[in-house]
Amino acid sequence: MHHGTSSGGTPDGARRSLRSTLLSWPVIRQYTQGDPLGRGAAAVSAHTKACTARTTTADRVVQSVCPYCAVGCGQRVFVKDEKVIQIEGDPDSPVSRGRLCPKGSASEQLVNSPGRQTAMLYRRPYGTEWESLDLETATDMLVEKILDTRERTWQEHDDQGNRVRRTLGIAGLGGATLDNEENYLIKKLFTAMGAIQIENQARI
Amino acid sequence: MQDLQNSDCIVIQGSNMAECHPVGFQWVMQAKARGATIIHVDPRFTRTTAVADMHVPLRAGSDIAFLGGIVNYILSNEKYFRDYVLAYTNAATMLREDFRDVDEVDGVFSGYDPETGTYDTSTWNYQGMPAQESAASGEESRSERAAGHEMGGHGASLEHGRVRRDETLTDPRCVFQVLKRHYARYTPEMVQEACGVPPEQFLKVCEAVTANSGRDRTTAWVYSVGWTHHSVGVQYIRGAAIIQLLLGNIGRPGGGIMALRGHASIQGSTDIPTLFNLLPGYLPMPKVGEHGDLRHYLATISSPDQKGFWTEADSYTVSLLKSFWGDAATADNDYCFDYLPRLTGDHGTYQTVMDMLEDTVEGYFLLGQNPAVGSAHGKMQRLAMAHLKWLVIKDLNMIESASFWKDSPEIDTGELVTKDIGTEVFFFPAASHVEKDGTFTQTQRMLQWHHKAVEPPGDCRSDLHFFFQLGRKLRERLARSTLDRDRPLLDLTWDYPVDDKGEPSADAILREINGFHLSGEKAGQPMSSFTEMKADGSTSGGCWIYTGVYADGVNQSARRKPGREQSWVAPEWGWAWPANRRTLYNRASADPDGKPWSERKAYVWWDEPAGRWTGHDVPDFPVDTAPSYRPPQGTGGPKGLAGDDPFIMQGDGKGWLYAPTGLLDGPLPAHYEPHESPVDNPFYRQQANPTRQVFRRKDNLSNPSAPEAHWEVFPFVFTTYRLTEHHTAGGMSRWLPYLSELQPEFFCEVSPELAAERGLQHGGWATVVTARTAIEARVLVTDRMVPLRVGGKTVHQIGLPYHWGVGGNALVTGDSANDLFGVTLDPNVHIQESKVASCDIRSGRRPTGPALLEYVKDYHRRAGITIYTGNDQRTPMPGVRLTRPEQDGAEGETGPRQGDPS
Ligand code: SF4
Repeated sequence: MHHGTSSGGTPDGARRSLRSTLLSWPVIRQYTQGDPLGRGAAAVSAHTKACTARTTTADRVVQSVCPYCAVGCGQRVFVKDEKVIQIEGDPDSPVSRGRLCPKGSASEQLVNSPGRQTAMLYRRPYGTEWESLDLETATDMLVEKILDTRERTWQEHDDQGNRVRRTLGIAGLGGATLDNEENYLIKKLFTAMGAIQIENQARI
Repeated sequence: MQDLQNSDCIVIQGSNMAECHPVGFQWVMQAKARGATIIHVDPRFTRTTAVADMHVPLRAGSDIAFLGGIVNYILSNEKYFRDYVLAYTNAATMLREDFRDVDEVDGVFSGYDPETGTYDTSTWNYQGMPAQESAASGEESRSERAAGHEMGGHGASLEHGRVRRDETLTDPRCVFQVLKRHYARYTPEMVQEACGVPPEQFLKVCEAVTANSGRDRTTAWVYSVGWTHHSVGVQYIRGAAIIQLLLGNIGRPGGGIMALRGHASIQGSTDIPTLFNLLPGYLPMPKVGEHGDLRHYLATISSPDQKGFWTEADSYTVSLLKSFWGDAATADNDYCFDYLPRLTGDHGTYQTVMDMLEDTVEGYFLLGQNPAVGSAHGKMQRLAMAHLKWLVIKDLNMIESASFWKDSPEIDTGELVTKDIGTEVFFFPAASHVEKDGTFTQTQRMLQWHHKAVEPPGDCRSDLHFFFQLGRKLRERLARSTLDRDRPLLDLTWDYPVDDKGEPSADAILREINGFHLSGEKAGQPMSSFTEMKADGSTSGGCWIYTGVYADGVNQSARRKPGREQSWVAPEWGWAWPANRRTLYNRASADPDGKPWSERKAYVWWDEPAGRWTGHDVPDFPVDTAPSYRPPQGTGGPKGLAGDDPFIMQGDGKGWLYAPTGLLDGPLPAHYEPHESPVDNPFYRQQANPTRQVFRRKDNLSNPSAPEAHWEVFPFVFTTYRLTEHHTAGGMSRWLPYLSELQPEFFCEVSPELAAERGLQHGGWATVVTARTAIEARVLVTDRMVPLRVGGKTVHQIGLPYHWGVGGNALVTGDSANDLFGVTLDPNVHIQESKVASCDIRSGRRPTGPALLEYVKDYHRRAGITIYTGNDQRTPMPGVRLTRPEQDGAEGETGPRQGDPS
């Protein structure tokens, strides 16, 4: 180490500090620290040095999977104070080896973006605006809608007298972005209700 | 996915893998670094092309001709892998005398009925299969067993595996000779004629794939929705299957046909299907008339005399019924088979949307899907939703499908008026992937558990929570019902453990899917393999192909042994169905004697001293069936598989070069033009797929297609695609600041030649028009797009990314490319043709308000469009005028099917 930058007991503090400022100029450090093009250590500012990665302060790291395409890249979800603070690629994954594409890398915003809809909303027939509605009430209202439609559109037999035991009044679309367990419950409940028109992106 | 690194040549066709599956693409780059040749066959020069060794621009919609040309090259130059073809495919199998190919019947196969636009497929079968029974007999018939979507995913069944073979491959009725004749016309010159690919370039591809296939080398084919979104989509994939079987590239490392799927668990939602025609594990939904009771149902899935694992369908079905209805399902009541609702035809999403327009559908659930932007014919989607009584949206963001009633394009044109729309809309905010436990199944059938990291905010709930609570409340409301129709709901097993917030345990549901023993000494224990399933009600399992995900009572999908601590196969990361096999049909990686075809391509082989199959992967074969094993005459099921029958889910144990049953539009791929095309079919008088599903409705008009009059009003071809920075209809990307900033605006890609022809300015606006609507986009003039010479014409192609939509509160909005398409479907799978259609393009912005409707109507007038335009399934003879009911231009009503033109 250059003796002038040492923190040894030189009496003249001002001179010492001037000297260390001069010597810590990036252009000097480029030459003194073996980084002649100024693309490595010489470019690091004191501010940068003082920064720590969000990931190092996380309370915990949870293993997950990217929710976009079907490559299925491994994700590490960093959580602090019960909030997701960062999502990164999981280097352990033999499929993705730590990489994420722009979508996977942006998925922290999928969770935390201010534009995300987090409140239940309701639009009444012929209404012109959304209204707020309590989740429990909404579910109860929906139960009545389903039972009403199902009753009104129930087909016990087709026009040839074959038993069909179904309703064509209720349909669904979606599932490709959901979990297997969710798809299972959807298929199970729709089938038991007699609703057959359930479809997802795989048809599209 | 990682297996691509073992390829010696990779053909990417119908996919822009670098753009749409970027992280998976690292394995293509790894192969390239190891010396593999990368070929990109695509209308556009893309990010994939930029790093490929070869770009072959071809006309969108001409892939069957291109693939057919390769088959012809392989056959006429004797480049096929003879040992593989002879032992493992149906090349030697004899076909019926009365089968007629397309060249013999004027562009259609034998059995075509022009009245219905469908085939009687019986003449396509193998010799020696029992004669056709009529559907009216009430007994299960072969044709029904074979019928398209009704087949579910269980593959076409055969009556038995005893086929007649000609091992010399010389009999004119054997598959190999039929194949040779069928493809004789697919010469390099015809490839040029159809695809616009010069012979020198085409032959380079042929040479690369054949030089990189055989004992020592393997070639992989990679496709995506660039192949499925066609009215002949299934036949595209069949085309690749034929090549890969002829070259011996199936079931081997670095080989195969890789389907790149576009959603995190779209594979899972096919396996555990939120699809109308399937039950979990590719069992069909029962159909009225055919599947009266369980016995009849099972008889249509497989015959006890055929080979392979589908003969065990009774165990899979009974276990499924037990997992749905538990103790209520008994042998005496057919395990509640009667509780399953019955199908009567196509209940696919497009049919359902048309039913909404007829007001027969009252309620609709949209679960993480945005059809107003993502489905073909956006206008039809939005108008249909305005007919609903109630609509449920479960999503992360306020997508266009949720707010259509206040800000859809039809509000602007005046076709919809908010105050007149009676639809009641419920927006339930959804939990994101980090706010719930569960599994996704990625594109290679691998289940990966994702752990919940945080609680969902506000009113956001998982779909698991939503549907569990909905089911709970429905059952409570009906608890005292004595109605027979409510029994299936009341008898349903629906008692999952919940946490303090009412969230059911995903783990418990995965256990139910895996299945367990119900009686005996193992009662209550999870099964480790579907081979433990029984048809006597002693086992329960929600999806037989997923049995094993809880093998040994452990959630195998949550395994995360780092890749670097394992072989490249990485069998201890997640779990792949079936039985954790990573490459299907891998018995074919060994020769008929069970030895690897070569040291370099060793994968699974027969260990003679141990008397079992072994290798780098879980063998996809009965583990102790020796290569020399020959089943006694008449043995069906798994024991009916000979030691050299690697295709264990096929009724004859062989890979099908020719599909004797199962397809509705032909046993072999034949090139048909897209539903809308400016080009005459160079191969046959029949222009487009004669069995494509057309909908003659005034709200679903088609452009005239050559050789029909006025095709030149829509002289250009367009195709749609995805960008890295967005995700399909944008519901998970256009609300994110980073991604929206990276790709803010809808654009169209055009060649400098087309720009000059139409006066399009780079960075300016263009209007793209079809019979459905007109949309506007920013112009990107680029020599990545090249005009092609096809059929004596110059064909210009236009590229349109389809992520944007109008309305909603997304950060970035724009016209939707899918609004340009009408609804025309592949007959086998009911998937829409949305990767190719014809259009016009003009400089400048489109009209707004009602003027937009007038603008499009003017095109209708100029092109003489009626509901019949482009919609004749069988191409009329030249000069023949078909008799139509009263024609009233575009205002005509839905018409009957066409008469026989001849
Ligand atoms: S990070 Fe990109 S490539 Fe990987 S799964 Fe997500 S969307 Fe697909």
